Amino acid sequence: MFLSMNWIQDFVDLSGIDKLELIHKFSLSTAEVENEIFHKGSDISGIVVAEIKSVENHPDSKKLHLLKVDAGNGELTDVVCGAPNVRVGMKTAFAQVGAKIGDITISPRPLAGFTSNGMCCSEAEIGISDDNSGIMDITDDVANGTDIKDVYEVDDIVFEVDNKSLTNRPDLWGHYGIAREFAALAGRELKPLDVDNLKAYEELKKVDMKIEDDLCQRYSCLQVENIKRNVSPVNMRIRLFYCGMRGINFLADLTNYLMLEMGQPMHAFDSRKVEKIRIKRFDKPFTFRTLDGVDRNIDENTLMICNDNTPVAIAGIMGGLDSEIVDDTTTLTLESATFNAVSIRKSTVRLAHRTDASMRYEKCLDPEMTDVAIARFLYLLKKYDSGVKVVSALTDEYAFHYDTVTLDFDKKFVDRYTGIEIDNDTIVKTLTSLGFKVTLDNDNFSVVVPSWRATKDVTLKADIIEEITRIYGYDNFEINTTRSPLYPVRVDAVKSNEDKIKDILVKKYNLHELHSYVWAYNDELKALNIPVENNIKLANATNPNIETIRNSIIPTQLCQVKTNASYAPDFGIFEIGRVVNSVDENNLCVESKKLAVTLFSKTKDVKTLYFELRDMLAVITSDLKHEMLSFKRAEPKHSYEHPVNLNTVMIGDTEIGTIGIVHPTVSKKIDKKASIVFAEIDMSEFTEAENAAIVYEEPSKFPPIDYDISLEIPSGVFYSDLAESWKNEGGAILKNTKIVDTYDTETVHSITVRFEFSSSERTLSSNEVQEIIDKVIANLENLGVKLRNAV
Amino acid sequence: MDQIAVLKEEITKKLSETADLIDLDKIRVAYLGKKGSITALLKGMKDLSPEERKSFGAEVNKLKTFAAEKIEEKITELKEKEVEREIASMPQFDITTPVDLTRGSYHPITLVQRQCESIFKSMGFTVEDYPEVVTDYECFESLNIPKHHPARDMQDTYYLDNGQLLKSQTSAAQNAILKKYGKNLVENGVPIKAIFPGRCFRNEATDACHENTFFQMEGVMVDKDISISNLIFFMKTMLSEVFRKDIKVRLRPGFFPFVEPGFELDISCLICGGDGCPSCKHSGWLELCPCGMIHPNVLREGGIDPEEYTGFAFGLGLTRLAMMKYGIKDIRDLNSGSLKSLSQFTDDE
Repeated sequence: MFLSMNWIQDFVDLSGIDKLELIHKFSLSTAEVENEIFHKGSDISGIVVAEIKSVENHPDSKKLHLLKVDAGNGELTDVVCGAPNVRVGMKTAFAQVGAKIGDITISPRPLAGFTSNGMCCSEAEIGISDDNSGIMDITDDVANGTDIKDVYEVDDIVFEVDNKSLTNRPDLWGHYGIAREFAALAGRELKPLDVDNLKAYEELKKVDMKIEDDLCQRYSCLQVENIKRNVSPVNMRIRLFYCGMRGINFLADLTNYLMLEMGQPMHAFDSRKVEKIRIKRFDKPFTFRTLDGVDRNIDENTLMICNDNTPVAIAGIMGGLDSEIVDDTTTLTLESATFNAVSIRKSTVRLAHRTDASMRYEKCLDPEMTDVAIARFLYLLKKYDSGVKVVSALTDEYAFHYDTVTLDFDKKFVDRYTGIEIDNDTIVKTLTSLGFKVTLDNDNFSVVVPSWRATKDVTLKADIIEEITRIYGYDNFEINTTRSPLYPVRVDAVKSNEDKIKDILVKKYNLHELHSYVWAYNDELKALNIPVENNIKLANATNPNIETIRNSIIPTQLCQVKTNASYAPDFGIFEIGRVVNSVDENNLCVESKKLAVTLFSKTKDVKTLYFELRDMLAVITSDLKHEMLSFKRAEPKHSYEHPVNLNTVMIGDTEIGTIGIVHPTVSKKIDKKASIVFAEIDMSEFTEAENAAIVYEEPSKFPPIDYDISLEIPSGVFYSDLAESWKNEGGAILKNTKIVDTYDTETVHSITVRFEFSSSERTLSSNEVQEIIDKVIANLENLGVKLRNAV
Repeated sequence: MDQIAVLKEEITKKLSETADLIDLDKIRVAYLGKKGSITALLKGMKDLSPEERKSFGAEVNKLKTFAAEKIEEKITELKEKEVEREIASMPQFDITTPVDLTRGSYHPITLVQRQCESIFKSMGFTVEDYPEVVTDYECFESLNIPKHHPARDMQDTYYLDNGQLLKSQTSAAQNAILKKYGKNLVENGVPIKAIFPGRCFRNEATDACHENTFFQMEGVMVDKDISISNLIFFMKTMLSEVFRKDIKVRLRPGFFPFVEPGFELDISCLICGGDGCPSCKHSGWLELCPCGMIHPNVLREGGIDPEEYTGFAFGLGLTRLAMMKYGIKDIRDLNSGSLKSLSQFTDDE
């Protein structure tokens, strides 16, 4: 919304105050002002009122005229002018030699063979309207040579307030409310509005009007006749234009002017079309043509203004074409009303038609304002068109009253909320300047909220704090830490694991953390031969590509791998993010947090890569939980999983996730030759799985014995099977086993296992070690494992 | 006596001809070893008369000392030479060759989030974790945003087909936080101090400045006398720590249904320091974070008596913070999954 500083100053004397400073203060205390401030009129100077004394046609041009104008300097000036509306005796805006319009300085210049010593200007050229059809036609009685800025409010400071920052302030949708804020900020008085005395018409007949629906809170109307004026006063037109509205005609301009001044939308009907005003809804939908000529579908929820049973306007949104003021209108009915804000908002959304009026009604306008607005309207109407005659009494039905809001609080409440000292005088002065009625008894305040703030904006004590502090100025706050007691802080286990896992993967394994979206990308997954699995869907997705919420991060990660396939021959990515697994019996989403890792390599075979990934998971588990991982063969559930080498990852008995190789149909879409492996770990399962403590073992003072045996492993036998064969035989002295060598031919898979024996109590004998080894070998042979040689 | 002089000369000569430690050791053994010439001389003394033995013994011992000293000197000399040789043989490496900086990376959000978390942890805040899918109650009702409230228009929410929604703001966790810690506040006087970093979703078209998926960090503090002054303190402290310089902050009134008073918090522009530049649209300020005193209705809905307790809340845009901190111009880079962009954030400590 654009605001005119001139207009504001109709209601508050701001002389001697830096206006820009004040606007800045308004932005910090009331509502956000856009950065660009418009200094209207600052780019023009030297434009005076001049009278056209003679008009001659140009000998060679049909458009041009040769004028002699009286610019008040005692002689006539020759001017060449192309405007179609020149006539003798017309007064216009004249840019003298030396005048400035924007970057142009007017100088005598030849034009089609004649010298033009200045320029007659259109309103658009001066910047006071968008009318460029001819030169300005000044009808006011002004002496020639008077600077145009001395006659009209060409100079103004106009600023724009972000509408969004006014959503909760119905009182700020007009200049008068804004002026109240400026008065409070500047410490000046707000002047009362000049209004007509409506009591004078009490004896006149009432308008036939009746509210038949509780969505209308108040309806005030009044009839007038004999409006002769057609064109609005120049200053009114300038203000409307500066505030972003086009001048139409006096009556339309005046309703707009009132709306911009008081925030109260008004409407004028042709009285012949609204003999019986009824405000109601209709049982059945119908089509209604609004005054912009558009046919709109009205349903049973939309409140209408009607002439008995004929709808004439959509309440609070727009008038109808048929009841508009026309050339032969003699009597008009002025409407000033308030409607249920939610209803207007919903109708606006339904009709997809937001107007200046509906925008204001949505904010919960003050119903107290309707009759005042009519009184103000009449005051202005009569001021500019003295023949106007009021032909009805004010007809007013006030169906819904807001409760008067009184808030009681004490000084301690203010101190506690603000954390600083604001004295009682300042509190009283601030609230009073904003229109609140304040009673102070010792340190106890009783505050009556003014009607224009009481519709929804100020209802609580906390709201009063805002009023006090914003005018006090947040820049003036002394800032302090709290005096709250200190207690230890519990760290969330999942969160803490998450941080550590990220560190291990980044610092130790050089993986990259990426983020992805929570939905499955249809098209991208399709391109990788991965169908989107059925899961909960977005109900209002605007893009069909992102309809389904993901149940795993891996498919998304495979898309990312594809995107990055040319980034490096080897890379690994991970994400700790959320997925939705299912919907539970209460129809609520079951969500879980997953660690997803995908490794990509063009240089390593898939086995190496698979084991790298396994080791990462094992190291994480060992670091964070001092536990060993185990694996259990899993059956594929998703199309991207290779059926071989898919394993459930376990800590003890807890299944924490899956590790696998990407299915060839998918991996070939990413890269024909690359190895791609993945793992997905459930963060809660991981965190909740058993967790061993570090048990310190003193290093043995006695020499250890290492014993290597080489084994030929038949297919189908796993290392975990081998481990079973020494698990019970090793006793306390077998400290560790590891593979120190692997030897594979096409037919034989063999490994060398090193058994590390030691005791912290004694030197071990080779006999006792050999005894154990013999038992182990016997067990191994039962598994079909062949001993190659013992070392 | 001649024998001794000969040996002395012989030793001197041999030592002068020796160039390595192995030869030198052979010399030592040849003269001073168990079977060495000098040892032999000492052994031969038993055949001499006691007088001769005394004088000869003294001479032999002198020779022995002489030999031992000379050998020791030679050892030192040779060792020094060896070190010199080793030094001389060391080539000068070209340390200016390019460094291989292959290493992993964090997502920039993680880095900024960690900084914020560590600051708040140091001030006694807990770090919370909540789901991305929430109920209408959590995201709106409990936050003083009833149905048909215009505030619901401000954020275009993604609804799911079971009626739940993707949270449009981290404030959706406020009610849960208040309920989780409210009892401890009321019964034991332990203030509620919590932050909740999380992902939010808005149903809007994406461009360089808009994303449908972004991160916020909610902060909540509730106790008996939490004030606006405290709120400004915490915001200023945190932001100065994050940006590692003194950050000017200012509050402007802002309307959010779940706070009263509500504010928009601006910080002095990081690019120009407040003088005005294109980044801050020449205002010198950047809008960073909505905040305010928790609305009495929100406290009440969380089971906390607003007559007795007050609190502040803020919703810091982590995504925006990361963009500002690292100079990321296009918000879409963050969710692009592109390693070209995102592998640059190796660490920020």
